[in-house]
Amino acid sequence: MLNILDKIPKLPIADLVSDATDWIEDTFDFFFKPVRNQFGPFLEDVSGLLQQIPPIIVIIIVAVLAFFVSGKKLGLATFSVIGLIFIYNQGIWEGLMDTFTLVLASSFFAVLIGMPIGILMSKSNTLQSIVTPILDFMQTMPAFVYLIPTVAFFSIGMPPGVFASLIFAMPPTIRLTNLGIRQVSTELVEASEAFGSTFYQRLFKVELPMAKKTIMAGINQTVMLSLSMVVIASMIGAPGLGREVIRALQRADVGSGFVAGIGIVILAIIIDRFTQNLNKQKGENA
Amino acid sequence: MPVIKVEHLTKIFGKRPKEALKLLEEGYSKEEILKETGNTVGVNQATFEVEEGEIFVIMGLSGSGKSTLIRLINRLIDPTSGNVFVDGKNLSKMSKEELRQIRREKLSMVFQRFALFPFRTVLENAEYGLEIQGIEKAEREKKAKEALELVGLGGYINQYPSQLSGGMQQRVGLARALANDPEVLLMDEAFSALDPLIRKEMQDELLDLQERMKKTIIFITHDLDEALRIGDRIALMKDGSIVQVGTPEEILVNPANEYVEKFVEDVDRSKVLTAEHIMKRPETINIEKHGPRVALERMREEGLSSIYVVDRQRNLKGYITADDASDAKKRDVKGLHAILRTDVPQVSLDTSMQDIFDLIHDSPVPIAVVEEGKLRGIIVRGSVIAALAGSEVNMENA
Repeated sequence: MLNILDKIPKLPIADLVSDATDWIEDTFDFFFKPVRNQFGPFLEDVSGLLQQIPPIIVIIIVAVLAFFVSGKKLGLATFSVIGLIFIYNQGIWEGLMDTFTLVLASSFFAVLIGMPIGILMSKSNTLQSIVTPILDFMQTMPAFVYLIPTVAFFSIGMPPGVFASLIFAMPPTIRLTNLGIRQVSTELVEASEAFGSTFYQRLFKVELPMAKKTIMAGINQTVMLSLSMVVIASMIGAPGLGREVIRALQRADVGSGFVAGIGIVILAIIIDRFTQNLNKQKGENA
Repeated sequence: MPVIKVEHLTKIFGKRPKEALKLLEEGYSKEEILKETGNTVGVNQATFEVEEGEIFVIMGLSGSGKSTLIRLINRLIDPTSGNVFVDGKNLSKMSKEELRQIRREKLSMVFQRFALFPFRTVLENAEYGLEIQGIEKAEREKKAKEALELVGLGGYINQYPSQLSGGMQQRVGLARALANDPEVLLMDEAFSALDPLIRKEMQDELLDLQERMKKTIIFITHDLDEALRIGDRIALMKDGSIVQVGTPEEILVNPANEYVEKFVEDVDRSKVLTAEHIMKRPETINIEKHGPRVALERMREEGLSSIYVVDRQRNLKGYITADDASDAKKRDVKGLHAILRTDVPQVSLDTSMQDIFDLIHDSPVPIAVVEEGKLRGIIVRGSVIAALAGSEVNMENA
């Protein structure tokens, strides 16, 4: 009686998922293969290109951009200069460029895919109730789990890193795009309707500009999440600062682990302040 | 032909509108339907027509369905049943594309909380309606600037809405609506969010604009004073139904039922009623026939201390007082000319009661209401007070 629970045979969920993954791998190979063969090398080229630029020039460009993005204040620029010089000094400049490339790529695709989904979601309550639990699932599933099938699909290197980060980092963009558009006041929507706007006019001339702040906050989170995921993705061979951390972990080398960690923190702070300041600029004055 | 014609327009909010509609047609009340079906009747079989160039005010308390009604007119809300005709075309039967055309060309709306786009400048806001019609930049800027000039904001075109005061923001709202050069302006509580002084200023300005532009305006308000001030005709709403449609005077003077009566009870009648409404039939004597003796006699009969003097054509000549008349009688003066006083306090038929207050306060004699030199009536203090109290209003001449 007490072991009635044991009477239920174990459901073969794990096997099912594995089979499904195999099936996906075979069926969508026409998609995965070019990603593996074209996109991977492309990302490596981008990163290589970034590494070709003399670090001193990169530092100057970042400093100037930081100065203007933060509204002509010196704080962010100073921090960026010191931070980047430190990274160069510690010999992890290449790792920085790789990581940056990965973050850029995964954030780009996350926004590219996430925003339209968010927009559709804001227009349909049904879609919202379907997508919301999927997003919850995507965000609560331990990030490592995504790494396993992505290796199967994209082998190792940059593409699986981008793909895993994409999945992990996309939800905030979707959620906040949806929220931002839903929060546009009814009167403004009515105003645009009353003047005879089409669906797209209403979207591009009223809803998206009004939701811009919220959407940008979502994009900021997406970028930060993809940075954290890109580090984890080093476990499946994605290059960058994360690889240094993992290498240090394997050798119990506290020192170099700490240095690589600091490098990630510096990059995170610079990216975060950049995206936040972009959000503050323009828009409504006063 | 009316510009806007609304026929049995009904809106029911809720999940079972058909059922509720049937009950409504069977004559059940709003409360009964809510209890029976869980649906709310927003607008109940509203029917009215709005003529060209008219300011038609729809008035009611909050929850009376007036905001729903105005949104049914441009179909921001789809009606449950009934029809809206704009220039004879039925909006309820239109495709989305046709509806968009009507909204772009014929109907513009002004909103209670302005509904300006905060990320657009004043000029860009005013351009919005033209921009979405695909009109090219130079032309739409020109039209938007004209509209802004019209509302007195020509100097603010590059500001953002948040930099303007409430009254100015609503002017932008008005300019945005006017820039399209629509036939009909739908104004949803357009001045309700403004403080009283600015509100009055905007009302005056709207009337001013209307003099020049002759638009058809449908104006929603919960403020009866506002309705009476700007409305050519007023529709009173209660619980989604239109209770009475009429000119301000008709509503005030002949309330259709107890509800309207109660509603207009507190209104400041002095702003609406004119000399014509409160004047009484005058006691007069004829300067060509009568002398002091008759005058004195008549005054004693009627209990008056003075009496107006006219000629055969009822042209006002002046008045005489009882004292003067008895004096003249003693001295045996024959005609009235010697004792005729001509410092007559007079007003015309359409002088408002507010202006009459000042006159009557200082005047020893009743005020003469004069039209083209002829005496039409007199106003005594008693009738002013009676009118303010809401009783005994003379409608014979209205």
